[in-house]
Amino acid sequence: MTSEQQTIVKNGLWTNNVALVQLLGLCPLLAVTSSLINGLGLGLATLMTLVLSNSFVSIIRHWTRPEVRIPIFVLIIASIVTAIELAMNAWFHELFLVLGIFIPLIVTNCSIIARAEAFASRNSVLDSALDGFMMGLGFLLVLVLLGGLRELIGQGTLFANAHLMFGSAAEGLEFTLIKDYPGFLLAILPPGAFIGLGLLIAIKNSIEKHKSKQTIRVSPPVKPAEVAVQ
Amino acid sequence: MLFRKASSPFISAQASVHTIMYQVLYALIPGTLAAIYFFGWGVLINLAITAIICLFSEALVLKLRNRPIKVSLKDGSALITACLLALALPPLVPWWLTVIASIFAIVIAKQLYGGLGFNLFNPAMVGYIVVMISFPREMTYWTAPLGAVDHWLSFSDTFSVIFYGALPDQSSIDSITMATPMDTLKTQIGLENDITSTRHHKVYGTLFSNISGKGWQWINLLFLLGGLWMIKMKVIDWRIPVSFLLSLLLISNFFSVSDYATYPSALFHLFSGGTMLCAFFIATDPVSASTTPRGRWIYGAGIGVLVYTIRTWGGYPDGIAFAIILMNMAVPLLDYYTQPKTYGKADTE
Repeated sequence: MTSEQQTIVKNGLWTNNVALVQLLGLCPLLAVTSSLINGLGLGLATLMTLVLSNSFVSIIRHWTRPEVRIPIFVLIIASIVTAIELAMNAWFHELFLVLGIFIPLIVTNCSIIARAEAFASRNSVLDSALDGFMMGLGFLLVLVLLGGLRELIGQGTLFANAHLMFGSAAEGLEFTLIKDYPGFLLAILPPGAFIGLGLLIAIKNSIEKHKSKQTIRVSPPVKPAEVAVQ
Repeated sequence: MLFRKASSPFISAQASVHTIMYQVLYALIPGTLAAIYFFGWGVLINLAITAIICLFSEALVLKLRNRPIKVSLKDGSALITACLLALALPPLVPWWLTVIASIFAIVIAKQLYGGLGFNLFNPAMVGYIVVMISFPREMTYWTAPLGAVDHWLSFSDTFSVIFYGALPDQSSIDSITMATPMDTLKTQIGLENDITSTRHHKVYGTLFSNISGKGWQWINLLFLLGGLWMIKMKVIDWRIPVSFLLSLLLISNFFSVSDYATYPSALFHLFSGGTMLCAFFIATDPVSASTTPRGRWIYGAGIGVLVYTIRTWGGYPDGIAFAIILMNMAVPLLDYYTQPKTYGKADTE
């Protein structure tokens, strides 16, 4: 692997992570991560879309006139998403029903057109596919992590409904944290998604801060303000 | 025409965060004692848990943020949050629920926003809402007030209910808890029973007094007195409580006059649930409330309307916490549009 490709890998998974750094595709990210399997399902669909759209855009990059490139990218992405949607409807019908509108909405995920425009339209097919794969993988990992956290805190399980994805053999995968866990509904409700993503971003930032070991100037402690009395 | 003459030096009260917060705490004492008197050991245990967890988590986050710990802990703001939370929670809630509410209040709602002075939302109310929407069943564990029952649940029984979830012999959770008057009225009106028949019902009737609910009216009255003392001491501004109570009074009176069988009287609304606690201690939070005079009028009135709406047509028995949080969101806008005119300057627009 060339050093350039290493940079692509690192960019997708960490430095330029779609969900944690670029903060793109927040709508599906926050809406479907109520369980690990949901996150995994949407993550895989997005990953596949990214790889395919990056490859196609890269293949035709020499024949695409810059004036019309955006409509062409959109057409390519839309046809890929439609194909994936139909495939999921056929083979993972129950999961498709759970994810609902968020599968067709992958079209509007900004990260996909952003990669097409910023990377695939000016790089070789192989690099573009790799970039799509790594960006998608970075997104998928965050979806799975957030979905898993919310599911674990919210209802005390992991891999619930795994059969939606892996068939009935996977039903035994479901893992229960504590028996009679009362459930922490907030984690599954929308606020849980926002708080969870915020915490993940904070953790990532603090890891980076720790790694860079730069001395960060600590702002002087704030003196408690005086409360004015009328 | 004679004007009141005043000349310098104008002596102002020596106000710091510390003194203000402690005056608020003193004003809370009578109502808190009444709550303990009517609802028993559970309130005290809750108070102990919230106080310990709030102070501990505040210290922990301050340490992580490299801020001075002692000064912030001593200013009493975390203690007030703890008090408000303990007074809002039902007396028999499991201990872990109280812990979650306290941690959310201090860590998420207060410190993550930047600590005292920077929090957009009232921390105690955020903590309360988190557990309210997450654990609706546990949030109904109110004991019947003294007067409806003739003695408290003993300390050891209360302790084991809260910490082990173990009920006293020959009792179920339904026999030691009881719906609040407000909740009862809501359920009964939902079942198309009118207010008069509910008040004289042989089971639920014991909960009600002439004004509102047994116990609740005294608790509210004592919070009202504490609040009036704070206004006299100029700890809080009078506009928010007045506009809140006035708007609640007007709107509830309007509906109860139009149909007294299904809408409780204004007096009932003013003296039950958390009305007085909200009016003087929660809505007047100097950080999350509006700060301009006109803004305060709108802020208080908005809370009144929202409280009445949620109590009457909403899914929850009392709407204080949601009303406060919703109006907290409106505060930046209110403050922006209600800036008082600078004296001596013409309108610039």
